[in-house]
Amino acid sequence: MDEKTKKHGFHPVYLLLIVPFIALLWVPLYNRIEPQIFGIPFFYWYQTVWTFLGTACTIPVYLYEERKGK
Amino acid sequence: MSANPVALTVFLVLFFATAGLGFYATKMKSVNLSDLGQWGLGGRSFGTLIAWFLLGGDIYTAYTFVAVPALVAGAGATGFFAVPFTILMYPVLFVVMPRLWSVAQKRGYVTAADFVRGRFGSRGLALAVAATGIVATIPYIALQLMGMQIVFAGMGLNFTLNLPVIGAFHDLPLLVAFLVLAIYTYHSGLHGTAIISVAKGILVYVAVLAAVIVIPIELGGYGKIFAAADPSTLLLGHGTANNLGPQFSFASLALGSALALWLYPHSITGVFSSSSRSVLKRNAFLLPSFTFALALIALLGVMAVAVGVKGMPEYAEGYRIFGNNFAIPALFLHSFSPWFAGLAFAAIGVGALVPAAIMAISCGNLFTRNIYKEFIAPDCTPATESKVAKIMSLATKLAALFFVVALQSSYAINLQLLGGIWICQTLPSVMLALYTPRQLNAPGLLLGWLAGMVTGTWMAISLQFKGAVYSLDLFGVTIPCYAAIIALLLNILIAYAVSFLARAITNAPVRDETLAEDYL
Repeated sequence: MDEKTKKHGFHPVYLLLIVPFIALLWVPLYNRIEPQIFGIPFFYWYQTVWTFLGTACTIPVYLYEERKGK
Repeated sequence: MSANPVALTVFLVLFFATAGLGFYATKMKSVNLSDLGQWGLGGRSFGTLIAWFLLGGDIYTAYTFVAVPALVAGAGATGFFAVPFTILMYPVLFVVMPRLWSVAQKRGYVTAADFVRGRFGSRGLALAVAATGIVATIPYIALQLMGMQIVFAGMGLNFTLNLPVIGAFHDLPLLVAFLVLAIYTYHSGLHGTAIISVAKGILVYVAVLAAVIVIPIELGGYGKIFAAADPSTLLLGHGTANNLGPQFSFASLALGSALALWLYPHSITGVFSSSSRSVLKRNAFLLPSFTFALALIALLGVMAVAVGVKGMPEYAEGYRIFGNNFAIPALFLHSFSPWFAGLAFAAIGVGALVPAAIMAISCGNLFTRNIYKEFIAPDCTPATESKVAKIMSLATKLAALFFVVALQSSYAINLQLLGGIWICQTLPSVMLALYTPRQLNAPGLLLGWLAGMVTGTWMAISLQFKGAVYSLDLFGVTIPCYAAIIALLLNILIAYAVSFLARAITNAPVRDETLAEDYL
């Protein structure tokens, strides 16, 4: 790795950490009833599923940093 | 509310056995509790698993178990903002907190104010951060006391005492909650609390998983549960051409709360007690498992409406005293067999006790290190230091008790949102200072903080402390926004602008004792 990226530490994988902010703060995206799952409106299950998707966004960044020994 | 003997016995045994475990654990480890680093920070020794339980026990509080489902039961979709909040706080944990942990570990900082003092060489700014931390935590402790009070009352411990002089005394459950917390915190410290966090985690998961399986079966499935909900509150209202509407306030509450969370003294204590940066990063993707539990608990609020506990005569008194905050206790009493209701109540009770203890400990730390040692008695011994911290932690609990009595809020969640407005104002000094130290200095940060605190408090007063969403009129458009965010934006603007001016005018020397490599 060259000196510049080492200093600033930016790698595209960090963009993953922004994804949950877009997915959850853009409320019109999920403020709806359909599609339902087991009778649970979209609004409720979408946000609940994001508890796992948020984790899925963080793990690659963690693995990247561990490999780099940060 | 009459006591069910089975439920009450199970509750008392589990609750007090768990609290007792804290004392016992402390005795077994022969920890020197007169040392502030031990009583207040657990010796920075907790690995991934214990940190998972401790941070989980620390962050998921009566807010999660009582206040959020109460808001969902009473106001519908709005209450669900707690789910995006507790998801979005983890990218913040992952990116920001390892930097703060590193510099704290290298320089021996115990509080956020210690860091601010080191970074900017300003006692005044450190004092502002410390005082804000204490003031913002008091309503949060109040929320925990209220959680315990509701649990004790729900178990039937709410008879009225007729005292001489004072007269009728109704607040026995609150008094019991306060005494348990005070005695527990004084004797246990963070080591004991780490142990009972494990018990809390197990109790909470057992109770929640049982509830989300058993109750929908009783009610005939989730479809019927949502069909029984008020259709007008099932989703957030849409905005209009000149009002951004509830969707915007929902997002602002989630974002503001996520930014505020790691600034709280108890969160920082939890973070600093971890043994390494990697422990924090791993927990940024392990802790969301508790957020999943929070989402399920929020759904219990919808179930409380479907079951109709609010209209049942046996819970009328609970609702009269605690409003919708009684929704989950009533739902548990109604849906579970007595022994399991006792277990679920113990989960809520311990769930409030653990964070309240850590909050009180952190306030003690802040006062001792950044106010008492800094301004009153610089040469005090470690033993005195520890004693002052313990006395101060008791004082914050008394202040919290006052809050509960004075602000008997229909939604307990407002107590937490109020604290959030204040603690957010330390974000520039604590978080932005990790990244842009040269663009910020003490005069700018202090003025920004002052502006944020004044406008934030003013908005809270204009809402009569009954809400936290302030409607801002800007260019003919109404923007309903969490007051913490509005005050924070003003704070940041002033902090950078005044810092820039101060640097241009005075050319004052930089008094940063930390080095760039301390943060890695």
